[in-house]
Amino acid sequence: MSELRDLYQEVILDHNKRPRNFGRLEHPTHQANGHNPLCGDRLTLTLRLEDGRIADIRFDGSGCAISKASASLMTDAVKGRSIEEADRLFADVHAMVTGEAGHEVDVDRLGKLAVLSGVAEFPARVKCASLAWHTLEAALHHAGAEVSTESETQ
Amino acid sequence: MDSAPIASTPGLDLAAIRAEFPILAQQIHGRPLVYLDSANTTQKPQAVIDAESAYYATINANIHRSTHLLSERATQAYEGARRRVQRLIHARESREVVFTRGCTEAINLVAQSWGRANLRPGDEVVLTWMEHHSNIVPWQLVCEQTGARVRAVRITDRGELDLDDFRDALAGPSVKFVSLIHVSNALGTVNPVEELVRLAHERGVPILVDGAQAVPHLAVDVQALDCDFYAFSAHKLYGPTGIGALYGKAALLEQMPPWQGGGDMIASVTFERTTYNEVPYKFEAGTPNIAGVVGFGAAVEWLQRFDMAALARHERSLVEALTARLDAMDGIRIIGRAPHKAGVVSFVVEGVHPHDVGTILDSEGVAVRTGQHCAQPVMDRYGVPATVRASFGIYNTTDEVEALVAALGRVRELFG
Ligand SMILES: Cc1ncc(COP(=O)(O)O)c(C=O)c1O
Repeated sequence: MSELRDLYQEVILDHNKRPRNFGRLEHPTHQANGHNPLCGDRLTLTLRLEDGRIADIRFDGSGCAISKASASLMTDAVKGRSIEEADRLFADVHAMVTGEAGHEVDVDRLGKLAVLSGVAEFPARVKCASLAWHTLEAALHHAGAEVSTESETQ
Repeated sequence: MDSAPIASTPGLDLAAIRAEFPILAQQIHGRPLVYLDSANTTQKPQAVIDAESAYYATINANIHRSTHLLSERATQAYEGARRRVQRLIHARESREVVFTRGCTEAINLVAQSWGRANLRPGDEVVLTWMEHHSNIVPWQLVCEQTGARVRAVRITDRGELDLDDFRDALAGPSVKFVSLIHVSNALGTVNPVEELVRLAHERGVPILVDGAQAVPHLAVDVQALDCDFYAFSAHKLYGPTGIGALYGKAALLEQMPPWQGGGDMIASVTFERTTYNEVPYKFEAGTPNIAGVVGFGAAVEWLQRFDMAALARHERSLVEALTARLDAMDGIRIIGRAPHKAGVVSFVVEGVHPHDVGTILDSEGVAVRTGQHCAQPVMDRYGVPATVRASFGIYNTTDEVEALVAALGRVRELFG
């Protein structure tokens, strides 16, 4: 039960109910679609890059609480950041949710994203938490690609 | 719950049945396992587990190949299982039962063998919106190879096949084959297969029935149904994974070309010309899953100890009990309201994604499946990304229905 509370922390439930940066940008410079065929989660990410920084970013789609909250938290976290910073954040989040980072979560670096640490105890939910990040990577580095959680090798 | 007496049902001693399944005694997250995912795969009784290990411990040898005694015994065990499967589905002859890796491979066999030999550009294969992906994709593949196309029959809001649309589909000039599901894994609907077979045959069109979810719940008689092919898997029938069967009418199987080549499926091989073995061996290339077949036979024997009518009544009472409990709860929508259902209740909880429901139920020891159930067209049809599916087997009890309902209360607590 306590593990369940670690997964569904208040911040996550709140971002699920009232997702931030929800919708689509009218004139994105980059975008990508993400899909998790196992649970039917779908996500569209639109963003505007200015001078190598993410000036604005939005997501929409449908998904479980974990994937929606993760996308919402991600958009907040990467807004204003450079591509390299976003990539580094992804690496940190990935290490945290897969449990590779161990139990020490660097809250200074991860900020609010640290609420996703409970995911590590639920291997079946790692893909939910990382879908938005894989989609961001596709938008930034493989323009226009569609990512699927089932075509990556984890 | 594990210490309370288990309410029995006429004709079935549930406590004794449960005791035959070692896995059911387990605790999950510190709670008794409530296994409501039998449509995905059933648990295995000790008799099946023992049969497979006894085969390896005392009989193991390759079949149909050697003169030594073990090989003879292995062949007997293998062919004995074929006769058991024959009796289970009431096939006329045991050679009408082809062992495959499972239901999926059985359908692929028909698509690649019958389909490639008989489909021409513009021909139509009639499927339905209710199909499992394993009865869609093999037909799309063979359509790509032959230039034929797939037509899908609509389903109604209640989750039944639209019979008018089925008749329309059959009325088309280019219909060559029909392939459809007996019992829906996503909705639970039991389709009127006898009637559907009759309609297809009126048009002179052969029909395959995907019986993966029917065989565990209903008495199936392929001769009474008169279907041309019937496909199913052992692992949904209390047997091992990786083994299943294709029933095909002997006359059709004889006409069909092999689809995989190798040992056992040949009569003679020279570089000039190879002739093929007889049915069913023509379709069983290579060393098969012998232990799996033995376990399959043991599962059939085990299941046949029970009265299928009593089993069907028991599972129906579980479906009805859960349906009534869910209908009485706020914010739950059942997907699939066919009057005749078997073993499955699919639903969504308003405002909570099925995946989250699944995680919370699991933390309470309740195992259900959440997702699209390999039936994306069904999800699209009802406008849901996924559902929660509770499915029943012979060992489930009304107490377990109550455990699911209680665990759904936890979902509301967390998600408000
Ligand atoms: C209706 C139906 N058809 C086919 C299959 C495929 O069975 P298998 O994966 O055992 O080949 C399933 C199982 O998931 C099913 O429910």
